[in-house]
Amino acid sequence: MRAFDQRLLRRTRAARPLLVADVALGVATVVPVLVQATLLARIVARAFDGAAVADLRVELAALALAFCARGLLAWGMEVAGRRAAADVLSELRLALVRRRLAAQPTSADGAEAGEIATAAVQGIDALEAYFARYLPQAVLASVVPLAVIAWVASLDVESAIVMALTLPLVPVFMWLIGRASEQRARERWHALRRLSNHFLDVVRGLPTLRAFNRGQAQAQTIAEVSERHRAATMGTLRLSFLSGSVLELAATLGVALVAVTIGVRLVDGGVGLQVAMTVLVLAPELYLPLRRLGAEFHASADGLAVAERILALLDAPATAVAGGAQRAPSPAVATVRLERVSFAYPSRAGLVLDGLDLELRPGEVVALVGESGAGKSTAAALLLGLLAPTAGRITVGGADLARCDIEAWRRQVAWVPQRPALVRGSIADNIRLGRPSACEHDVSRAAVMAGADRFIGALAAGYETMVGDGGRPLSPGERRRVGLARAALRDAPLVILDEPTADLDPASVAVVAQAVERLAAGRTLLVIAHRDEVVERADRVIRLAGGAVHAQETRRAA
Amino acid sequence: MSATLRRLLALAGASRARVTVAVVLGALTVIFGAGLMATAGYLISRAAERPAILSLTVAIVGVRFFGLARPVARYLERLASHDLALRALGRIRVRAYRWIEPLAPAQLEGYRRGDLLARMVADVDALQNLHLRVVGPPLAALPACAVSVGVAAAFLPAAAIVLAVGLLAGGVVVPALSSALARRAAARQAGARGDLAAELVELLGAAPELVVNGAGEAALARVRAADRGLVALSRRDALAGGLADGLLIAVTGATVTGVLAVAVDASAAGRLDRVLIAMVALLALATFDAVTPLAAAARERSATVAAGARVLELGEREVAVTDPQHPAPAPRWPFSVALDGVRARYPGAPAPALEGFSLRLDPGRKVALVGASGAGKTTVANLLLRFLDPEAGRVTIGARELREYPQADVRRAIAVAGQDSYLFSASILENVRLARPAASEAEVERALRVARIWPWIETLADGWHTQVGEDGRELSGGQRQRVALARALLADAPVLVLDEPTAHLDPATADALVRDVFAAVGARSVLLITHRREGLDLVDEVLELTGAR
Repeated sequence: MRAFDQRLLRRTRAARPLLVADVALGVATVVPVLVQATLLARIVARAFDGAAVADLRVELAALALAFCARGLLAWGMEVAGRRAAADVLSELRLALVRRRLAAQPTSADGAEAGEIATAAVQGIDALEAYFARYLPQAVLASVVPLAVIAWVASLDVESAIVMALTLPLVPVFMWLIGRASEQRARERWHALRRLSNHFLDVVRGLPTLRAFNRGQAQAQTIAEVSERHRAATMGTLRLSFLSGSVLELAATLGVALVAVTIGVRLVDGGVGLQVAMTVLVLAPELYLPLRRLGAEFHASADGLAVAERILALLDAPATAVAGGAQRAPSPAVATVRLERVSFAYPSRAGLVLDGLDLELRPGEVVALVGESGAGKSTAAALLLGLLAPTAGRITVGGADLARCDIEAWRRQVAWVPQRPALVRGSIADNIRLGRPSACEHDVSRAAVMAGADRFIGALAAGYETMVGDGGRPLSPGERRRVGLARAALRDAPLVILDEPTADLDPASVAVVAQAVERLAAGRTLLVIAHRDEVVERADRVIRLAGGAVHAQETRRAA
Repeated sequence: MSATLRRLLALAGASRARVTVAVVLGALTVIFGAGLMATAGYLISRAAERPAILSLTVAIVGVRFFGLARPVARYLERLASHDLALRALGRIRVRAYRWIEPLAPAQLEGYRRGDLLARMVADVDALQNLHLRVVGPPLAALPACAVSVGVAAAFLPAAAIVLAVGLLAGGVVVPALSSALARRAAARQAGARGDLAAELVELLGAAPELVVNGAGEAALARVRAADRGLVALSRRDALAGGLADGLLIAVTGATVTGVLAVAVDASAAGRLDRVLIAMVALLALATFDAVTPLAAAARERSATVAAGARVLELGEREVAVTDPQHPAPAPRWPFSVALDGVRARYPGAPAPALEGFSLRLDPGRKVALVGASGAGKTTVANLLLRFLDPEAGRVTIGARELREYPQADVRRAIAVAGQDSYLFSASILENVRLARPAASEAEVERALRVARIWPWIETLADGWHTQVGEDGRELSGGQRQRVALARALLADAPVLVLDEPTAHLDPATADALVRDVFAAVGARSVLLITHRREGLDLVDEVLELTGAR
């Protein structure tokens, strides 16, 4: 069983003092364990010799105290472990967010925001169990057995030898648990996951099943699949529980062995009652941490799974352009070129773009058309440096974008995606996203330019209307206009619009098309489109197919 | 026991015999463990009196028996309880499915948002803990503690009283405290977790635009603030988190010390044989094994009950669309399909999705229904499949209203290929054949050809055995749509409703596709729902749908 993930430990700098405290408290637990056994044995032995409660007051009080100390240490371990978990997850979480922004802004690796957020927030429960239970238990499992044997050896060497004879079995058991139960438990959880996914698949497709009269028949299938899963799982459990039981067997048989041999030696007078009793009470302690460790296996597996998911995301190769120090010239004066650019998503097979050549001359309006999946949006993401070409290069006035300061380049570009994102805040905040310092006047001028002022003006709170999660929902057309206003306010020389009029009703299309025309004045504009309204205004129309330019048509001289 | 827990146990429907076996084995595990320590304590004490070795034989055999029996009981208990849990889980899954099956899709609309369906799956999975961790441990602890206290009482009633009080404190008070603290922490953290998750989802979702607009740092600051809030709460709640475990150890210590004191006193007074002091004390110590898992069980309980309540809630919804008591005979082709002055509203929606809408589709006619998105076109499809009953007006097949037929007959008469059509995580062949499992391969191939996807399938290494992934995610939007179309064609229903069959397709392909379909359906009636212009020249009639009318 892998107790520690090296990458995880390396990422836990902030929590290291807490983890050290966690381990130290675990080691300290040895003391009350030994004291407790000694006191218990002493009380029994002295009572055996006829001592009254009054004579044993100190021992009894000390015994209760030893238990209390052990309880306190257990509490302390939990507190330290839980706090460490909170710190570790926070550190991982912030590192992850930073990494996603810098290297994976478009989630080209297929990771979903909801899933990442769940792992990064709810993962705390799994990590708490890992740090507060599994990790200290792993320490106890390696320290306590040795301490117990050493202590017993100082009392009665023969008993220590009996115990030690069973001790070499410990690594064997560790290996057994590690191999058998990790492997099997993992398989089991995978099987359960598959079963859940099957169920989810069925539930999500319910309308379709019902539409074809297959809804009720599916209940039988679910019952059958569940039963098959149960039978298969029980098959693996019979074996995997066996390795745990072997450890239990060693623990109880060890106690029995110690009890019987020391009992016989007591009869022979080879050992005193107090020593015998101490050894007996300590015998189960020898195995207790190991048994607990086995029981906490799931805590470890779940915790590590969460950590592994986050670490995998952290280590995922970047798909965005990292950039360099070179300064890209302004697209107001320099031509932007895609030179034999190819791109493939890491999560999907096949090239989206295959040797695409594209040129944007200053002041030109270029329309990019083609079937969905032809790579139009991908070309936009490449121009923005959100994705880096798999092959080929993008140049601005001859300078390779991969060598340019990418943030400075992005300041020269405004972009309105198909579904502009809304951040929690007012409409004004949202328009200001690309220029937080803009004054109210500029914001409303940008809104006018984008044809957004009318609908904003009609809202009770106007520009201060809260939008985004929990705020007023915006229609696709309104959203698109907020995005256009954002781009207008940014006032960048290169503007990229992704399907500005798709899925809009005719009235909205007209408003947006006018806004696009206003926005194009004096700027280079790349517009991805389907509809003729926008395409008609372009100087050049480029049709993409099979990831490359399929046809090009010049409408007006640039 | 709470009402919800009782209903969950009824839902799980585990057989009494299996529960009893698991509980008895669980109790035996503890009893054998306590027996081992108690007999070992007796053995050593008795041996210290240096009797003839033969007089120890019974104790030695006892020690060996308990040493062997405990792990065996434990092993069998784990198998029995897991078997129980898995059987219960299977039953719950099927019952939950039967509940929601008649609700889909109209009455599940509310669930789809926020991925509640996925949560339903997670909630059902969480119920495997019901027997395993919530109900099992307390049920097993009760007889185990009773036996231990009984044994102690047989030797020394005073010790039994101390032990009983200690077990109550450790098995009832500590778990109650632990679960109360955990609940409080969860309630306190829920808000902070929700805030942070919302910030994260927002940031990750908006990441491309944040990056392009140079607003990443500002967004990061918001996440950091939410993160700080959650970490502060987590750190504070950590103090309460481990309290129960520590407390239980202290309670164990107090009880063992108490039992020892009582035993020593009784021994000094001659009421208890001195060889029994260790036995009683170790019996008390080992019996606490029974109550150790109870704190975790209590904490698990609130989570399991909450998950269970969400599952149970599914069964409480009244099914809106039901089969008639005296069903009409299946409609005989040719028949007309019509909507007449229909008002339709989704359950819980404030405004009707469709108002005063009429449409008539005579046998063999091809009618197009056009309109902007959100105008209620898909509601028409839902009404025709009787996923939804009209609030006012009539939906008819032939002379009868849809609700006079069994639902199965309605869906045999009308097939829909919609933009909501779902592709299951199976092969293309299996997905198409779903519509008519008895269809021959030639028929499936013909449907795929008409849907204009056959040439693409032929280029695939696995052909139509290619797996499409969950909701067809391995396919493009257009490919998904064409497979769904082939499925509807294969269903061979006399009335075909095509809900936006050409979305995701470029104009030329869309036009050709509609042509092919119309050529293939022959005498069947077709309702083409679309917001595009392609194919409109091919239909007999074009109906415009604007804003709920």
